[in-house]
Amino acid sequence: MSGAPAVRRPYYRRMGRWWQRDPFFRRYMWREATALAVLAYALVLTLGIVCLALGEAAWQVWLAALRSPASLALHAALLAAMVLHTKTWFEIMPKTMPMIFVGERRLAATTITRCGWAAAAIATLALLALAAGWRP
Amino acid sequence: MPEPARAAARSITLEVLRYRPEIEAAPVWQSYVVPFSEDLSVLQALQHVKDELDGSLSFRWSCRMAICGSCGMMIDGRPRLACQTFLRELLPGPVRLEALAHWPIQRDLVIDASGFIAGLERIKPYLIPRQPRPLAAGEYRQSPHELELFEPYSACINCLLCYAACPQFGLDPGFTGPGLLALLHRYNADSRDGGRAQRMAAVNAEHGVWSCTAVGYCSEVCPKAVDPAHAVNQNKVNSAIDYLRHLLAPRGAPP
Repeated sequence: MSGAPAVRRPYYRRMGRWWQRDPFFRRYMWREATALAVLAYALVLTLGIVCLALGEAAWQVWLAALRSPASLALHAALLAAMVLHTKTWFEIMPKTMPMIFVGERRLAATTITRCGWAAAAIATLALLALAAGWRP
Repeated sequence: MPEPARAAARSITLEVLRYRPEIEAAPVWQSYVVPFSEDLSVLQALQHVKDELDGSLSFRWSCRMAICGSCGMMIDGRPRLACQTFLRELLPGPVRLEALAHWPIQRDLVIDASGFIAGLERIKPYLIPRQPRPLAAGEYRQSPHELELFEPYSACINCLLCYAACPQFGLDPGFTGPGLLALLHRYNADSRDGGRAQRMAAVNAEHGVWSCTAVGYCSEVCPKAVDPAHAVNQNKVNSAIDYLRHLLAPRGAPP
């Protein structure tokens, strides 16, 4: 080969707003973002415990605050976020675990995911039943 | 795609992100119209461009049957092998082709993968016997269970699609990344291998498994169903156990 030497000037593309590039990345960002809803609800409950410790007056204020329209809207939003988080987190869960063998057969990823969903559904139903007055 | 529209497709437009470092400071899109047929792969369409329309277009290819791992590129924004992707799936077009994301573009659709090649050496992707074994000792024996522990991770063809699917690698090119970590795990999980302690340094490092945030797209785009996300995340458990072991019984130098 003759002529000018080959030019090597690698071009680096930017990563700005990378999560908008692919629907998969958007779903991933929703999975991660809805983890904040779990944190938010933990804070709501922690605040309730602090109010309980402060005495009956504070506890009543917390209960009243829970019944406010803003609180109901927040709870609806947090519930939706929790449902999405439960769905997406159990979808990735099989990837975070070692291989599980039942006898000689490897447990399928879909089975692990469905077990997670089932556990979440049973826990939710049990909690609703307890709230409705059912006692085991 | 409805049948009449498919039958009507006589040609299809390729939009290719071109970068010729001696001409352009930054990549530019260029369109080519190629004749369409049902059995035309993206790779064949590119070969048509190179042979008939523009000999200056650069891309890598070799086997054209999804085993050499050379022709990975972004096809309509998704990392895929050009030989394994058919234009009939992408009608009516235009089909946008770009060099694999997250890698430096060397020229047109060709990336600079030297970081990956350097990483290959670092992870020691070969069997390191526990002790020297004479040929006379015969073959190793493995149970089907022992085979299953590493077999899924042994199908990697180094096509780098998983890297183009990994935003953590895009944000930090120092990350060892899904492909190499899956290959590392393939040897660590092999009952014939004794090199685990030598490889754990790469697993435990800042740029090892802990740079992974379990996006999971690497496993989705892998053309060989290697499931790198599973390999990487299993090693978070191994890395944590390794850490605790050294914390509780700090005998010898940590790996």
